[in-house]
Amino acid sequence: MSREKSWKEISIAGVCSKSSVGFMTGDWKTYTPIRDLAKCTKCLTCVMFCPEGAIKWRPEMGDIEFDFSFCKGCGICANECPTKAITMKIEGE
Amino acid sequence: MTTQEWKFTAKDIASKPDLFLSGHRACAGCGPAAMLRLIMKATRGPTIVTQATGCMEIVGSVYPYTSWALPWLHTAFENAAANASGIDAALKAMRKKGKVKQEHIDIIALAGDGGTCDIGLQALSGAVERGHDFLFILYDNEGYMNTGIQRSSATPTGAATTTTPAGSVIPGKLEKKKPITEIMLAHDMEYVATATPYYWKDMLTKVRKGLEVNGPAFLHIFAPCPRGWRCEPGKTMEYSKLAVESCVFPIWEAVNGKRQLSTPSKLIALAPQKKKPVKDYLAGQGRFRHLYTPQNKHVLDEMQRFTDERWERLLQKCESA
Repeated sequence: MSREKSWKEISIAGVCSKSSVGFMTGDWKTYTPIRDLAKCTKCLTCVMFCPEGAIKWRPEMGDIEFDFSFCKGCGICANECPTKAITMKIEGE
Repeated sequence: MTTQEWKFTAKDIASKPDLFLSGHRACAGCGPAAMLRLIMKATRGPTIVTQATGCMEIVGSVYPYTSWALPWLHTAFENAAANASGIDAALKAMRKKGKVKQEHIDIIALAGDGGTCDIGLQALSGAVERGHDFLFILYDNEGYMNTGIQRSSATPTGAATTTTPAGSVIPGKLEKKKPITEIMLAHDMEYVATATPYYWKDMLTKVRKGLEVNGPAFLHIFAPCPRGWRCEPGKTMEYSKLAVESCVFPIWEAVNGKRQLSTPSKLIALAPQKKKPVKDYLAGQGRFRHLYTPQNKHVLDEMQRFTDERWERLLQKCESA
């Protein structure tokens, strides 16, 4: 990996050059959302409310998919799920 | 404003690619981040975003990373609206010279409650008066959260912050929340609205309407901050719902000064028994914890009275429109 530029070398008005998609925030989490497939009605409420965009709607699969490399384990999805299909668990439990 | 309503379903929105990308460094359960991700899905074409300093600017642009998948500019705390008017003027000049091919480019200025109600107010007022074509979005987390939870003029009465600590001397902030939407409405703007992310369909429709306006538009979005409000991160959306249900933050829109309640608030106006007490909204928020002691009961009563008063006044204004 090449060395990142120091603050003396960058342009005066700083330009952010890398997409934050390369910065995995998934390791922040304490709790992990676990979905009960039998209860899920695919209403997409969790997809709408996830602040990280870590829950993705996959039209080709007709299902949602959790991206744990970004999930911070806040629990909004579990709290808002109308059928209570999502529960928050500590990893390894 | 176009007469044709923008129709969309949850699947349409979910299928749209994110413009505010994953990997931003907002706290877990951040209300403004959830709101921002959603509202960027209501854009209708080429868009430029300009942002004042604030939580959402900090978390989205940690050097060398950027969370924005569209042209994005950051300026100082007070300049979001000034920057937007500069972009608007530049686009006009470049279009004259034939350097801009796109027929229309939307401009969104984003600022928090500090960057709007306190520091950015004069720039915003000036830009609106000059009639630049932009949408100003205020995400209101009721304080200066990223600098360490200081009070702002949008902090509600009774909230404990690091600059209004609750104790034996004061029961949290003593002053009232600044009615920023009323101030903006007084500028004779074509479109002013309030929204919360819990009612996301309503919020996205309002963003689109604000963008379609030919001139300045103002949107006040309520976005709970679990860190600053000292509540559970998972309850962010619940609080944005409770704020509407308890009439602490009623949602409405005003087109050409004509005020109209939006559906969730209208339902409460039609069935007043559905209105929840302010206590329900305050419960669980650590910043209001001290209000549940006997010596601070009067603050709680005062808040209920004040909320009812503001709600009644809003109903009257909506009826007279």
